[in-house]
Amino acid sequence: MSTETMTRAEAAPAVLPVGRYGYDQVDRTFLRERIEQFRDQVNRRIAGDLTEEEFKPLRLMNGLYLQLHAYMLRVAVPYGTLGSKQVRALARIAREFDKGYGHFTTRQNIQFNWIKLEDTVAALEVLAEADMHAIQTSGNCIRNITSDEFAGAAKDELLDPRVHAEILRQWSTLHPEFTFLPRKFKFAISGSPHDRVVARFHDIGLIARPGPHGRPVFEVFVGGGLGRTPLVGVSLRDDLPEEDLLAYMEAILRVYNAHGRRDNIYKARIKILVQALGTDEFRRQVEEEFAAMDRARYRIEPALVEAIKARFGAPDFAPEGNAAAVLAEDRRRDVRFDAWVRTNTHEHKAPGYISLVVSLKPAGGIPGDATAEQLDLLADLADEFSFGELRVTHLQNVVLGHVRQDQLHTVWQRLSQAGLGTANVNFITDIVACPGLDYCALANARSIPIAQKLSSRFADLELQREIGDLRINISGCINACGHHHAAHLGILGVDKRGQEAFQITLGGSGEEDASIGQILGPAMAEDETVDAVARLIDLYLVRRENGERFLDTYRRVGTAAFKDVVYAPA
Amino acid sequence: MPLLENGHPVEDTWRYAVEGEALGAGDVIVPFDRLSEGLGRAEGRLGVILPNSESVSVLKEALPKLAVIVVTFPIFRDGRAFSQARALREHLHFTGEVRASGHILPDQYEFLIRCGVNTVEVSGNTDMAAWERALHHFTIATQPSPVLDEKPTGFGLRRFLATP
Ligand code: HEM
Ligand code: SF4
Repeated sequence: MSTETMTRAEAAPAVLPVGRYGYDQVDRTFLRERIEQFRDQVNRRIAGDLTEEEFKPLRLMNGLYLQLHAYMLRVAVPYGTLGSKQVRALARIAREFDKGYGHFTTRQNIQFNWIKLEDTVAALEVLAEADMHAIQTSGNCIRNITSDEFAGAAKDELLDPRVHAEILRQWSTLHPEFTFLPRKFKFAISGSPHDRVVARFHDIGLIARPGPHGRPVFEVFVGGGLGRTPLVGVSLRDDLPEEDLLAYMEAILRVYNAHGRRDNIYKARIKILVQALGTDEFRRQVEEEFAAMDRARYRIEPALVEAIKARFGAPDFAPEGNAAAVLAEDRRRDVRFDAWVRTNTHEHKAPGYISLVVSLKPAGGIPGDATAEQLDLLADLADEFSFGELRVTHLQNVVLGHVRQDQLHTVWQRLSQAGLGTANVNFITDIVACPGLDYCALANARSIPIAQKLSSRFADLELQREIGDLRINISGCINACGHHHAAHLGILGVDKRGQEAFQITLGGSGEEDASIGQILGPAMAEDETVDAVARLIDLYLVRRENGERFLDTYRRVGTAAFKDVVYAPA
Repeated sequence: MPLLENGHPVEDTWRYAVEGEALGAGDVIVPFDRLSEGLGRAEGRLGVILPNSESVSVLKEALPKLAVIVVTFPIFRDGRAFSQARALREHLHFTGEVRASGHILPDQYEFLIRCGVNTVEVSGNTDMAAWERALHHFTIATQPSPVLDEKPTGFGLRRFLATP
């Protein structure tokens, strides 16, 4: 194969994709081989050479679930970054193989809920043409590595984490030792001190910062997670040098692979092992393995990091000019635009630029859903205004990372015309919800309709601004795919004697002040729950002090008062 | 039970110890709890079955006298033996035969090899062609194997896999 001798210059395409690793022929060959392997697996299943029990983990490792009504295909979006061509491929899959929708998830992926088994290989081929895949989006292996939606753009960022996310992606893809772990394994990585990746609720959360000698170092959190045993991860070490990143990750995973529980699926996550051993003993075992390794074999040399980085396109920022002044003037002239800028943008490190969040949460909408037409529009906007790149957020929105401030008004108008201009990011209607009983075979209750009802109830933007930052997350069962534990106000669907009912949790946070929401009391019917939320908000508005967020007030006032208004309405 | 090496059936010259019977002469693979009995034997080569719940360090003393170590998959989803095989090579520098047995799928074959397994026991009614194909599905891996000297492709973590 000629790639063996190919120099990097030859391998580099004319234009590298901005913000993510650009595939070359070697990467594409690997994807094709993976598709052929999957085709073979499907054929062996059909021929009866594989039992359904044997086929299941294999198809899961290709992102294919069997859900309530159909197969569901989960497509990987490594570190949440997408190119416009990829978004158009997703739109095509939505149109040709689904019912015209895609659903962005809390792990920065996108799912299609109505895929036929016999169409799966064709869908994978459409993805592969756009350098995408569904590898390891499910199964007991290392899942998609999530990252900061403002990576490479945020003003508060110390280091763009996506290069290391890509290194971790490559390393974990079909890793020979870690593809049949006790349970799924989730990584998140951030390069900002402000935790926007829920690092402390991951199996491994990494926070990167520049270290001595100009190379990154990592703080390593282990054993966080949600689900039926929600736990905040523990910091295993604060100073992991870049060159040892893979060695240390292998050491952690080896301890987990050897000692993680396999007798009980509910106790199989690494968080249970860390708890059972205690942080000190767990750390000791990891260090012991780490010390025994032939570390030279695992070392990530700066040259390797630089080579991977060299396959990331970097935006070519224009000089600031009068962009900021134009934006200021646009805001002065248009109150609705001004309100949107206040909620839906994020400060950019490059002068004259800004990051914007496209809310996929219109009043009464389904959180995270995008139509094929909206996907195409987002791809167009990314091409015209953001270097062809966009990002998926773990809050089920989409980000255009680098928009010129003087073009923001135009972008907003185009978004608004397509129903994507809602000014509600981080507000009460910016609800996160899992697929729930509408799609999910494990659900106890429907998450989507209650999200829609809450979203309609609080649709008034004036009121939302008055309420301020408030995170509502909804899960249809204790697995917590909707991150309800990490919400200021979480809603958990339960089964109450055969009826769908909902429990409210208060006081969770997924950021650097990570905390797990407390259950307020017994579950209620859907409409009662919506009313109860309204009373909680009223109480907050009465009790809050100077500029407090809902979460602050709750933490200060305590549970009792909130419990009273929910269960003993005046 | 057919034994595969490099995707092809090879003759298995080893026999497993039978419970309740003396080990006798010749090449024999013993269960872990009969290891000392095996080590005490005067003639014949020795192999041992390593339960997947044990650390490979339990074989440290016996290692120089072992020609085969069998790592086990009670069910294909239980991946502990991948780490064991790798640790036998990487930490104990074992150079003999590492054999995989139990419930294994062709789809795991490449992983086994890249963790340092060199022979695999497969069930008699298995489709041999699937194992052969499994070795050729991939020409590229995206991480270094800790135990094989795979050739880097020029940049990144990617490796060309040796095609046997
Ligand atoms: C629709 C089919 C889905 C199924 C069958 C499913 C299944 C599960 C299960 C069984 C768990 C509990 C795992 C454990 O604690 O060991 C879980 C947790 C979780 N799932 Fe899902 N899920 C689905 C959809 C989603 C979606 C759409 C997302 C978003 C990408 C998601 C993200 C998560 C997250 C974030 C957790 C919490 C993980 C943790 O404990 O840290 N899931 N899921
Ligand atoms: S939380 Fe439960 S209902 Fe919701 S997607 Fe996860 S498994 Fe399904």
